[in-house]
Amino acid sequence: MIDLQPFWLTFKLAIITTIILFIIAVPLAYWIAYSRMRYKAIVEAIVSLPLILPPSVLGFYLLIAFSPENSFGIFLNKYFNIRLVFTFEGLVVASVLYSLPFMVNPILSGLKNLPASLQEASFTLGKSKLTTLIKIILPNIRTSLLTGIIMTFAHTVGEFGVVLMVGGSIPKETKVVSIAIYDEVESMNYHNANIYALILFVFAFLILITVHIINNNSKTRLY
Amino acid sequence: MIKFRVHKTLHTAEGIMPLDISFELEHGKLLSIYGNSGVGKTTILRILAGLTSAENLQIEVDNEVWDDSEKNIHLAIKKRSVGFLFQDYALFPNLTVKENLAFALNKNDDKKLVDELLELMELQQLQSTKPLELSGGQQQRVALARAIVRKPKILLLDEPLSAVDDEMRFKLQDYILKTHQQYKLTTILISHHLPEIFRLADHVMMIDKGKIIKEGSPSNVFAEQRISSKFKVIGEIIAIKKSDIIYIISVLSANNIIKVIATEDEIVNFKVGQKVLVASKAFNPLIQAIP
Repeated sequence: MIDLQPFWLTFKLAIITTIILFIIAVPLAYWIAYSRMRYKAIVEAIVSLPLILPPSVLGFYLLIAFSPENSFGIFLNKYFNIRLVFTFEGLVVASVLYSLPFMVNPILSGLKNLPASLQEASFTLGKSKLTTLIKIILPNIRTSLLTGIIMTFAHTVGEFGVVLMVGGSIPKETKVVSIAIYDEVESMNYHNANIYALILFVFAFLILITVHIINNNSKTRLY
Repeated sequence: MIKFRVHKTLHTAEGIMPLDISFELEHGKLLSIYGNSGVGKTTILRILAGLTSAENLQIEVDNEVWDDSEKNIHLAIKKRSVGFLFQDYALFPNLTVKENLAFALNKNDDKKLVDELLELMELQQLQSTKPLELSGGQQQRVALARAIVRKPKILLLDEPLSAVDDEMRFKLQDYILKTHQQYKLTTILISHHLPEIFRLADHVMMIDKGKIIKEGSPSNVFAEQRISSKFKVIGEIIAIKKSDIIYIISVLSANNIIKVIATEDEIVNFKVGQKVLVASKAFNPLIQAIP
């Protein structure tokens, strides 16, 4: 019988990451979409960086940064009593950074496609920016929000490099499914690796079907 | 009373164009802004609503300063008592017709006004419909109703009737007149359509390249004063046909087509799509191009 623990850990990580990223990404995408600051391009580049950077690079830097030997790691340990290397919390922080573009970019493109006059109409009707965001903007980009949520969740499930660098493979703490597959293969346990892999494969396929169904229907049936 | 004075550098397709406009408008009047596209008409409305800024700006509405660039005063958009009817209507697709109107209410406002407006605009049947399911004319009525819910001091209409057919246009003009009079609004209307301006406006401002080139009552601005006539109609040439040795010019004005006879010498001054004045003294209809 295979150990299902890595699945629970993976989904726990994916859910927490998705929630945190949603909270961060909405204001961040809003700022990028409507700010006129000159150095906006730098922020956009940083957000998209995980798309191009090898996960091991990001994982390596995070490992160095979080290390209890270095100043940032010492600072976290001393003032917040947090250790981020080889812990679940460390995985969450790494996943949030690594999946950032998967949440921010769909929301950003949703915002950019929304006619500016909708917001302006809301302002001229006496509403604040916050009311406009909650009652008008977000409901009208809900396809993009949903796409961002699903993509972030799926991408976090599929992480490997960053997780391996920052978290290692500690059962019940940092051993997610993708790591478990790697471990099983390394110990020549192909049967278990096969089951883990097949479950992930089916899961990934279903997720993508869902995303495409949502996108295909959004133009005609959203309202 | 609205006092408006602006200087703003506009960056247009043809290069830099300064916008220098100043006007005063009495309460309850309907001002129409007329001009070609890209001369700064929409910008004037946007500046009034606070949606666009300008280098030098003074706006005063009923003795309340909305903008004064010298004193660094800029009233927030949401604090300005304006109703803005956008060219694309800007209805919220996620809300029904009634919710679109109710969105404009403040917490303590009387909700009856929404029902009153739905009735005035004949929208009761459609109140639970989402905007994307409505026709252009219906969307326009919803947008007009929504712009009035807050009983704004100024109603700004950005070429609202450009996308509808003539019959609908005529009906919608009625709605605009009705609301303008019933709620005693001060209205500024951008329009390209001369019959519409004659029907609705008390005062016209003709704008070209960011400047007011002519202003006054519609007949003063568009018609030549020297014609003393029995009747005057402004319209647009829709066809010029040769018939034996003369030409017949068909002029569309509101819903009527007027046919005027012209000689070969006269015809060189006219082309289809041109705006003209048709006037009649006792017998002979007279047709004249207008700028």
